[in-house]
Amino acid sequence: MWRDAVLVAGKDLRVEARSRVGINQVVPFALLVLVLFAFALDSDRATLAGVGPGLFWVTVLFSGLLAIQRSFVIEADDDARDALRLSGLDGAGIFLGKAAAIAVQLAALEAVLAVGVVVLYNLQLHGPVMLLLTCVATTVGLAAAGTVYGIIAAGLRVRDTLLPLLVLPVLAPVLLAAARACEAALAGTPSEGWPWVRLLLVFATIYVTFGVVAFGPLLEES
Amino acid sequence: MTTTSTPAGLSTRATRMLGWLTAATLALTAVMALVVSPPDVNMKDSVRLLYLHVPTAWLAMYVSFGITTLASVLYLWKRTRSRFWDLTAGASAEIGVLFLGLTLLIGSIWGRITWGVWWTWDARLTTTAVLFVLYLGYLAVRKVPAAPEVQSRRAAIVAVAAFLDVPIVHFSVTWWRTLHQDASILDERRLLDPQITGTMALTLFIGVAAFTLLYAWLLVHRFRLAWVEDRIADRQMDIAIEERRAEAEVVK
Repeated sequence: MWRDAVLVAGKDLRVEARSRVGINQVVPFALLVLVLFAFALDSDRATLAGVGPGLFWVTVLFSGLLAIQRSFVIEADDDARDALRLSGLDGAGIFLGKAAAIAVQLAALEAVLAVGVVVLYNLQLHGPVMLLLTCVATTVGLAAAGTVYGIIAAGLRVRDTLLPLLVLPVLAPVLLAAARACEAALAGTPSEGWPWVRLLLVFATIYVTFGVVAFGPLLEES
Repeated sequence: MTTTSTPAGLSTRATRMLGWLTAATLALTAVMALVVSPPDVNMKDSVRLLYLHVPTAWLAMYVSFGITTLASVLYLWKRTRSRFWDLTAGASAEIGVLFLGLTLLIGSIWGRITWGVWWTWDARLTTTAVLFVLYLGYLAVRKVPAAPEVQSRRAAIVAVAAFLDVPIVHFSVTWWRTLHQDASILDERRLLDPQITGTMALTLFIGVAAFTLLYAWLLVHRFRLAWVEDRIADRQMDIAIEERRAEAEVVK
């Protein structure tokens, strides 16, 4: 399983690195969203700094959707999904591999966006441990849930519109928890943030487990 | 296809009886809610909306989505897998989404009268709204064309995943509201859970019973309709195959 996961993750990341869609399109899109938020909310420094964590995670969520869609679009070309099914790789391994590849891309995106909010919204970073832990838990949760719903929507003509409808309500509590945890960390009140971090960890655990169990059957019939 | 139940048509004597019983209890609910029960001390006549609001919420959230989840699990479990459970899950979810929509609508009207706002970010309201969208997604998945087996399995997995998400949504929004508590929310909470007794409690009880019957009646009919649709699709497929065969005979 682990070997298969590494193989699939390596493949996805290589495809991404060579196509450069992430660097050339997703990252600029994410930065653009940050700028658009500033336009929408007026460039009042205090407002932007106050709602910064929420905007950061909304941006990650929307850009993350693009990464998830990309992850399954590359399997749609040349019937690569059939090849994946026939490859004899473990279903759980494929799930972990694809989720890991998405997680790596999300982490890179978050790093760029973090610089973005610090520069554009004038956010002061505090509580590095909690921020880092929040990012890790959220990224794993987003990637796992995204991969589960990505394979459900993959191969359907309506996938581009179905995926957001399916995955955004599921990720609503993640957005809520991540934004609150970051707010608590930045405000220097970590005690308020830990329940949220725990919730994120629980969410990540549930969806990783669900994906490991359900991905094989879902891939069979996608 | 399945041995569990094979409805012959859309109506039987039993369901006609159920229908009349439902209509009678609904009428009784209306009389109790509008005429017999007194106006509330705080909420005045707007309390009458709750005789609809609570039963629709009960029907949608607990009965419908509960049965959708149960039927989906039974479908996924190999020993009980049958088209019966898939159609039941779908029928139940459709009714659930409809009545959850009504719950939100009635609750919103009641909120406007009592709280002065159409919407408030109360934990329960927010959970309900997310639940509504989750199951809209489930219904969307059911509508996506695919081979019947594939479609059923995919829908069942989405239903189970949605159900897994419900407690997470509930906890997250509850904490969200309690960690950032406004004083007004506490008052709203109290208004949302008034102590009810006597005629009011009886009315509410009859309302819940009436809507449970209504759910059963709707579920049976929605299921039968889906079943008949299934049979028609099968029949048309058979006819089409026969026709192609006949064409082949002529060519020979």
